[in-house]
Amino acid sequence: MIWVNTIVQGILLGGLYALFAAGLSLVFGIMRLVNLAHGDLIVLGAYLILLLVTLLGLSPFVAVLVAAPAMFALGWALQRYMLNRVLGDDILPPLLVTFGLSIVLQNALLEGFSADSQRLPTAGLASASIELGAINVGVLPLMTLVTAVLVIVVLNQIFYRTRLGRAFRATSDDAVTASLMGIKPANIFAVATGIAMIIVTIAALYLGTRANFDPSVGPARLIYAFEAVIIGGLGSLWGTLLGGIIIGLAQTLGAAINPEWQILSGHIAFLLVLLVRPRGLFPRAVD
Amino acid sequence: MALLETRNLTAFYGDFQALFGVDIRVEEGETIAIIGANGAGKTTLMRSLSGVLKNVPDAITFEGQAIGDLPADAVMTRGIAMVPEGRKLFPSLSVEENLMIGSYGRQIKGAWSLDAVYKLFPVLQERRNNPGTALSGGQQQMVAIGRALMSNPRLLLCDEISLGLAPVVIKDIYAAIPRIKASGASMVIVEQDIGQALKVADRVYCMMEGRITLSGTPEALSREAIHDAYFGKVEAA
Ligand SMILES: Nc1ncnc2c1ncn2[C@@H]1O[C@H](COP(=O)(O)OP(=O)(O)O)[C@@H](O)[C@H]1O
Ligand SMILES: [Mg+2]
Repeated sequence: MIWVNTIVQGILLGGLYALFAAGLSLVFGIMRLVNLAHGDLIVLGAYLILLLVTLLGLSPFVAVLVAAPAMFALGWALQRYMLNRVLGDDILPPLLVTFGLSIVLQNALLEGFSADSQRLPTAGLASASIELGAINVGVLPLMTLVTAVLVIVVLNQIFYRTRLGRAFRATSDDAVTASLMGIKPANIFAVATGIAMIIVTIAALYLGTRANFDPSVGPARLIYAFEAVIIGGLGSLWGTLLGGIIIGLAQTLGAAINPEWQILSGHIAFLLVLLVRPRGLFPRAVD
Repeated sequence: MALLETRNLTAFYGDFQALFGVDIRVEEGETIAIIGANGAGKTTLMRSLSGVLKNVPDAITFEGQAIGDLPADAVMTRGIAMVPEGRKLFPSLSVEENLMIGSYGRQIKGAWSLDAVYKLFPVLQERRNNPGTALSGGQQQMVAIGRALMSNPRLLLCDEISLGLAPVVIKDIYAAIPRIKASGASMVIVEQDIGQALKVADRVYCMMEGRITLSGTPEALSREAIHDAYFGKVEAA
């Protein structure tokens, strides 16, 4: 029974990692851009929610609704005025720029909020749990997983069922030919990063309500997210969810054996999947 | 006033000059054929007209307005649609999605719609849910033409409309041209097959080494003149 419990907790943790990863996966799938500041943007989102909670007295679950449009605008502008300029055949410039952005964000947050660790208040929700048979499931982890699945369902709907989604896929296939259809690739990329920032804000909500955070925790979130994206197969959103769950499971199982093995087990699972499936579990047919 | 006119159009790839002062004109309702050997600059001309290659504003006028410096998406919005060389279907999109995205930047009512394109090329309806790139070359060309028609363009550019296709398919594609013409669209067709070009075109331009070397109606052009304009004049020994 204890193993069933461990597995359930692992899957739930995977929901959090999938949320960290979904925005990264979306942006990579559309424009082949690896945003090294992704983790720090999640932390920025958490501080923005914290600010709204402190200044306006909002619940974090309401504050996220205010923060999300602001983060969309930030992502849109970031892509439109900075990242689009370095996108091209060479993958190095965007890596350098987003690496720089990561450092700038960490230092700006340190300057603005100090290194003290923070937590978003949940009025008891963080410790609430429900009984499922013999297993105790935390309400917040359960909400995280449900949110992750919802986010991916919605993203897939946008991607495969809407005019915007067609434009995303066409631009990703061939930006020059897309422009012959009247699509402005620069705008499409900006909207994609804006949407990714909405997901980042949702991820920030759960990052901040489930655990303490400080300006330095971004890069570790980036690594988990990155591993989830790669395990799932670049560009596949359901793959990203599965990738997150695999990392979450591996960490929880590792920790059950020896608490010191938690982080390491996740990384080992990542390497094992890559050994068997170098292109991830659901690689895109066309690349 | 001509629908489209170029004046002293030039194009460069880095230091390499691919077009040298090209002047062409397309009247409302006309079908123009552009012929010329490989490397003559036909594709470069089409890419310039569609805004993929930018120019000085006055190099291209469309409906009386200077559009030479507009990006491709703005040119398309004004009513110039392109069937690019190599067809360039979107592999991530189904046949129907490829068609639908053709009107992304210009959604106006007109002769062309999904239904009208399916009526023009019935085989596409049967294969509407296939990935565009799963089709035969000829069917892909039909998708590319249909995709361009979806925006109800005033001017349709077709680069290498029949290159690499089987003769039966070429017949089907050429059968569509009178119907496109009847819908009111003007056309510029790049075609290496001189016989085909002369059959459908109201006027022909021949290109060589980045220049227009000959132009006129099919009736007015002699075989020798076309030969010389296509391959260059062989110096009398
Ligand atoms: N992307 C490019 N970079 C450099 N040179 C090019 C490029 N595309 C075409 N050219 C050159 O420009 C000239 C005209 O090419 P193109 O317009 O493709 O001719 P055509 O379509 O008539 O075969 C050729 O000499 C070709 O080598
Ligand atoms: Mg060509």
